[in-house]
Amino acid sequence: MSLDPATVRRIARLARIGIDESDLPALQGELNGILGWVEQLNEVDVEGVTPMVGTGHAALRTRPDVVTDGNCRDAVLSNAPDAVGPFYTVPKVVE
Amino acid sequence: MSYTLEGRTGTWEIVVGLEVHAQVISHSKLFSGASASYGGEPNTHVSLVDAGFPGMLPVLNHECVAQAIRTGLGLRARINLESRFDRKNYFYADLPTGYQISQFTHPIVGEGTVEIELSDGTVRHIGITRLHMEQDAGKSMHDQDPTRSFIDLNRAGVALMEIVSEPDIRSPEEAGAYLRKLRQILRYLGTCDGNMEEGSMRADVNVSVRKAGEPFRTRCEIKNVNSIRYVMHAIEVEATRQIEVWEDGGEVDQETRLFDPSRNETRSLRSKEDAHDYRYFPDPDLLPLVVEQAWVDELERELPELPDDKRDRFIRQYGIPRYDASVLVAEQAIADYYEEVAKGRDARLAANWVTGDLFGALNRTGRSIQDTPISAQALGGMLDLMADGTINGKIAKEVFEDMLETGDSAADIVERKGLKQVTDTGAIDAAVADVLARNADKVEEYRGGKDRLFGFFVGQVMKAMAGKANPAIVNEALKKVL
Repeated sequence: MSLDPATVRRIARLARIGIDESDLPALQGELNGILGWVEQLNEVDVEGVTPMVGTGHAALRTRPDVVTDGNCRDAVLSNAPDAVGPFYTVPKVVE
Repeated sequence: MSYTLEGRTGTWEIVVGLEVHAQVISHSKLFSGASASYGGEPNTHVSLVDAGFPGMLPVLNHECVAQAIRTGLGLRARINLESRFDRKNYFYADLPTGYQISQFTHPIVGEGTVEIELSDGTVRHIGITRLHMEQDAGKSMHDQDPTRSFIDLNRAGVALMEIVSEPDIRSPEEAGAYLRKLRQILRYLGTCDGNMEEGSMRADVNVSVRKAGEPFRTRCEIKNVNSIRYVMHAIEVEATRQIEVWEDGGEVDQETRLFDPSRNETRSLRSKEDAHDYRYFPDPDLLPLVVEQAWVDELERELPELPDDKRDRFIRQYGIPRYDASVLVAEQAIADYYEEVAKGRDARLAANWVTGDLFGALNRTGRSIQDTPISAQALGGMLDLMADGTINGKIAKEVFEDMLETGDSAADIVERKGLKQVTDTGAIDAAVADVLARNADKVEEYRGGKDRLFGFFVGQVMKAMAGKANPAIVNEALKKVL
């Protein structure tokens, strides 16, 4: 699998990363290098092997339905660059 | 009887599938211990997990899983003992993590079915494709400031069930019937309150059109429609738009649209260039969810009687018509009310009073069954007075109105107003004789063969006795004399 410049541009856009046209060839080369390396996995025959999701055998942990958290607005807003009263704010989003 | 739309080039049918987002009833959120209750101060029902702080890990709420399984069972659907959580990636200001935890490839619930009934009595089965659990997003407010949007994360991370139907729906009426039925099932199960106005149930509507016998054409998705009436309108408006596009020689683009009820139109929500590419992948913070069949069985044993089963039982047990039974099971509280009234009494008469006079009174006074001014015991007490001959049906209406106004018991009202039915044959015979004497000409006509006049005599006698005469005795007395 290899990525063309249009796909690289699209991935950047989906990730909301602005890139210069001049950076495209270098990024394309790097991404294709990563993909090529990962593609070595295709050499392993996994016919009939159940997909493994982790090395542990632990089951997913669940918690009881109890309110144990929240009511920490100051902490929640502590990193907000432009909080107004009890709210985060962002530059106006209009669909 | 099938629903179609006429275009310039012929007849079109519509194809609709619905994705319903139903907010799970739970105390805390799907993956955090913050409160899931509605209406807190902004950003107070938020934990650092919901706010997407680095290093925070999601821990699944056990009860939310139970609610999803209960709902799956209520939809007569397959429960998947192993399911998984995936990340659905997109950027929006009210989604702090940049992804929504959802279930994409392995949902907890698979295929099921919902039975709907249309106004002409047709019964149809709408397929359920799947049900999966996911997180709600926060709320953006765009009208607080000229240049900024305000974000409240109280809803962020609250558990939702997305219930996806097959494209089996063929008319706005069917869509409405499906949503009402789904809401009824959710409310019976206690897994979602179904309040569309408050946004705890919302629908995305997939619409396409086709000529008879064709395969499916391209569909459009109308996002976030928040009332059943709007869903029905949106389908018709969107189908009409698509027919025009096709008939003008154009192509319908697969896109997301928004329904604007004030202008009765749908319009494109996102340009094609911005079409979402969610790049789903398994959430590395969460292992697969494995549930035991024994637990599913236990949840199934604890399910309440579902509306279809209750309706069928009412028909069997109480001998009432299917239509009445459907109306009575619309809400669990109504069904309970009816059963209390019907218990040990004439069940058909009870059904008539509940669906007729009681519903009429509730409508008139803008009340619901929960705050009915006439309790089931009180209405039952009135039916008892009818059954033992203390009052007749006509007086019962008067007593009912009085109960509605004063809240007094039927027995007290009958006592206070002196409404006890007259069964004294002497008094009735006297009234009959009096009426016949005053209407000698009509008596002649009756005897000459004008049978319809019998009703007139009954009416006159009842009037003379202020409505309190026992109608059976009046009939008998009149027949004897005439």
